Amino acid sequence: MVRTLSAPVTVAFDYTRSTGPVLGRFLTGLRDGVVVAGRTSDGRVVVPPPEFDPVTHEPLTDFVDVAATGTVSSWTWVPEPVKAQPLDRPFAFVLVTLDGADTPFLHALDVSSPDEVSTGMRVQVRWRGERAGAVTDIECFEPLRDGDETGSPATGSTQDPVTGVITPVELDYLYAASPEESSFYRGLAEGRILGQRCPACGKVYVPPRSACPADGTPTTDEVELSETGTVTTFCVVNVPFLGQRIKPPYVSAYVLLDGADIAFLHLILDIPAEEVRMGMRVKAVWKPREEWGTTIENISHFAPTGEPDADYDTYKQHL
Amino acid sequence: MRDVAVVGFAQRQMEEFDGSPTCVELLVPLFEECYEQTGWTRKDVGFWCSGSSDYLAGRSFSFVQAVDAIGVLPPVNESHVEMDLAWALYEAWLKIQTGEVDTALVYAFGKSSAGVLRRTLALQLEPYTMTPLWPDTVSLAGLQARVGLDAGLWDERAMAEVANRSLTAAEKNEYAVRKGGSSVEELLARPMYADPLRKHDCAPVTDGAAAIVLAAGDRAREVCERPAWISGLSHYVDPMSMGTRDLTRSPSAARAAAAVGIDGVEVAELHAPFSHQELILRRELGLGDDVAVNPSGGALTSNPMFSAGGIRIGEAAKRIWSGEASRTLGHATSGPALQQNLVCVLDADQTSNRKGA
Amino acid sequence: MAKQPAAVVGIGQTHHRAKREDVSMAGLCREAIDRALVDANMTLDDIDAIVVGKAPDLFEGVMMPELFLAESLGAAGKPLLRVHTAGSVGGSTAIVASSLVQAGVHKRVLTVAYEKQSESNAMWALSVPVPFNMPVHAGAGGYFAPHVRSYIRRSGAPNHVGAIVAAKDRTNALKNPFAHLHNEGTTVESVLASQMLWDPIRYDETCPSSDGACALVIVDEDTAKASPNPAWIHGTVMRSEATTAAERDQVNPQASRDAAAALWKQAGITSPIDEIDAAEIYVPFSWFEPMWLESLGFADANGGGWRLTESGATAMDGRLPVNCSGGVLSSNPIGASGMLRFGEAALQVRGAAGEHQVDGARKALGHAYGGGSQFFSMWVVGAEKPTN
Repeated sequence: MVRTLSAPVTVAFDYTRSTGPVLGRFLTGLRDGVVVAGRTSDGRVVVPPPEFDPVTHEPLTDFVDVAATGTVSSWTWVPEPVKAQPLDRPFAFVLVTLDGADTPFLHALDVSSPDEVSTGMRVQVRWRGERAGAVTDIECFEPLRDGDETGSPATGSTQDPVTGVITPVELDYLYAASPEESSFYRGLAEGRILGQRCPACGKVYVPPRSACPADGTPTTDEVELSETGTVTTFCVVNVPFLGQRIKPPYVSAYVLLDGADIAFLHLILDIPAEEVRMGMRVKAVWKPREEWGTTIENISHFAPTGEPDADYDTYKQHL
Repeated sequence: MRDVAVVGFAQRQMEEFDGSPTCVELLVPLFEECYEQTGWTRKDVGFWCSGSSDYLAGRSFSFVQAVDAIGVLPPVNESHVEMDLAWALYEAWLKIQTGEVDTALVYAFGKSSAGVLRRTLALQLEPYTMTPLWPDTVSLAGLQARVGLDAGLWDERAMAEVANRSLTAAEKNEYAVRKGGSSVEELLARPMYADPLRKHDCAPVTDGAAAIVLAAGDRAREVCERPAWISGLSHYVDPMSMGTRDLTRSPSAARAAAAVGIDGVEVAELHAPFSHQELILRRELGLGDDVAVNPSGGALTSNPMFSAGGIRIGEAAKRIWSGEASRTLGHATSGPALQQNLVCVLDADQTSNRKGA
Repeated sequence: MAKQPAAVVGIGQTHHRAKREDVSMAGLCREAIDRALVDANMTLDDIDAIVVGKAPDLFEGVMMPELFLAESLGAAGKPLLRVHTAGSVGGSTAIVASSLVQAGVHKRVLTVAYEKQSESNAMWALSVPVPFNMPVHAGAGGYFAPHVRSYIRRSGAPNHVGAIVAAKDRTNALKNPFAHLHNEGTTVESVLASQMLWDPIRYDETCPSSDGACALVIVDEDTAKASPNPAWIHGTVMRSEATTAAERDQVNPQASRDAAAALWKQAGITSPIDEIDAAEIYVPFSWFEPMWLESLGFADANGGGWRLTESGATAMDGRLPVNCSGGVLSSNPIGASGMLRFGEAALQVRGAAGEHQVDGARKALGHAYGGGSQFFSMWVVGAEKPTN
């Protein structure tokens, strides 16, 4: 049995970025098939234009078009491209000094082996067919062959300037639970709720921690807990939001299981939301056994037991 | 300036940590080691500061759970930087300088293996025109290496020498995840990985954590026979652009070294995740050939994200404690192609000439 | 070694909005920075070091953004730090910046805190599901609402107290040209009629999600001589506790009480309610005003807070004006909100708070908290140099 449980998590969002005037000008140019550079106070022509001058710190206002052809000033080979890089086959990342510019610009070069790329070689932009006003409007660079037309497909700007760009960010992780959490989830897979007691202060934590938050001592003594407990406090969630998994309105409550010294968040059902109250006695309602996994979601929700409410004094120190 | 010393250091590294990205279970034994080294309990620590990154863990506030490892009843004076341990150390050193506290424990952790590190780090770049191309760290370093090769500032032999020396030194380092020197010829015979870099020119993806203890004046002398006094601590940053910088230089590293003064440094632990970067740093910091570089093996043999920089300072401190050197240097870097740099000079003698940050 | 005197001589902030679509991240920061520098009568070249503060990187999808922003912020060639202590970050950042001056490391420090949360969605970033766990988590409101319920129960507060705070703060914001929400006609009745979001917290008792930034210029005694009205830093404190320690008081956290006690001591204050002329307290959900009033020692625990609020004492013309700027309830760029509290407190003692100025304010409190009510940072600023 592996020591810890793990599960994949994807963190993904299409970020909507406003560009401000300088980057907006650059990206508008790309959309229209032109590379726009900025001229800084020291006279250098820089691609992409920096938002603020490196010396005067003033917003950049001096723009100049540069060519879509240039010279490689550095390169490196990418043998195993990762997701979302400009090409999904091996390629070179390059620094290209476009004709008319003084400093190079980072992008990709489409060649099939490191033998085909060299510092000093001449390259040209490969424009994407449909352009949106993003740096990826340049699909990549490609070798400039003698006789190639070097004119860019400049469309003359008929659309509004670009003020925003969408940059999708998607990262895959393998989330691992700590060994204590893993024991807890494995316990749940057997229908048991396991907490851990801190040997120093004696408090029982559920879910268990790798260290007692009060004194930093590793918690080591396993304690099986009852599935009955008390609602200490709660709220009724009315608001929908992106990524939500339970449909509102729902009661999100802190449940203090008998024998535990800390409450944890769970769902209350089988009672109208407005009748839920602090001190209510509840019991775990499990999903059908065949739906169990190593997760606290094996407990579908907590429902009232019908017992009289717990006295305020018995749980007030847990608020 | 108050006299502040490094009086404790603990580290853990592995290729793949199978526990939670909050790394609490890694941190607890590290703190225990620090307490053993100093004879303290958590109540003796005046200020805590951690270094980590939410993006390594894949969730917001990932550093918050690590606070559990401290034991925070009663509540503590604590802070966090979303930067390497070396900068957490800087904030703690600063806190001690204000006189508010006399002792500090700084720690950092990172589970690089939770995601695809060289992809995750593409998020560290300029978000409008760089990240959408997802340039990975190896590629950015490769571009930097090539500029130096083309200019004749270094060659692949010099890079292989750095790698070979590091791998050999790592044989004596129980924490290094990659070790075993051979020869420059053997290394050069190995295939290119990401031309111009071979695999051994690039730091291994490493999980891990580290903790460092700081103490001022008498508190340092109480717990350590030969405290490693911080005689200089300075950091600077350069612009990020790969186009407007001279990639063969690192002005921020040079500035930091000039600010602290590196005369007399005998051992230097340089945070160089790529072999050619050690060559750049030696030049920018002005280190002579007589300076022993990376006796620990350096980042090429073990590079836990967010602790690797601080670990260089810890390793430099160890050489003071052991008596093998009287003045050592720990360096840390952040950002692509040596963009941001911190230099810490440690002295066996606390009354040495000092230059402030 | 005693701390050297340090003062705030420049304060700048952006016009906070739901979406600042007219600027990039750098542009947003520079709007606040440029205003602060003009206020301080300085340029970026006069600055020795820069400290950036920001909440979770997931909000903007950029890891360690201070690195790409370095040149735009004028930090290239200088020391640059980035602090992240959850919601209290704006405050902690200002504290780290002042430490640089108080320790004698630098003479002139620029600090900026920002958030451009419209690039993603704050609730999404705060609620990414963790495997194996119950996905009941519903953002910050969902986290705090149960604890608000506990306070109401513990203190016997009547239901309309939260609405009093909301109406007050939103009305104050009308006098703050930079505030995000300028909602005319917010009254106790209108707040109580608004939708319940996380019972017992209502829509109008909830902070907005804002894009915004705040910047401060903090300098040493020598440099402060050139300013006609520096805000001297009298005390700074940070304290942290665990999110989930057994029997932890989530309503009146120990770390909050400890921080406040240490702060009053540092600043030489024995009766906060008498000696503090204005307070900028981090109130993202209206009920936190009475809760923090008690925790900070302005009022007795278990009820003194709501009584103070209910009496009108925290209104702009009251005994202890709280959040004359409109507070977090009116503008909440999360990473910046703490610094806005610290900055607004400084504006008060400099006499520079314009229409929302408290007459004759000489000492003010800036307060921020974050995480699960576990990270606290606070400062006291004064019109006079501290005597200790």
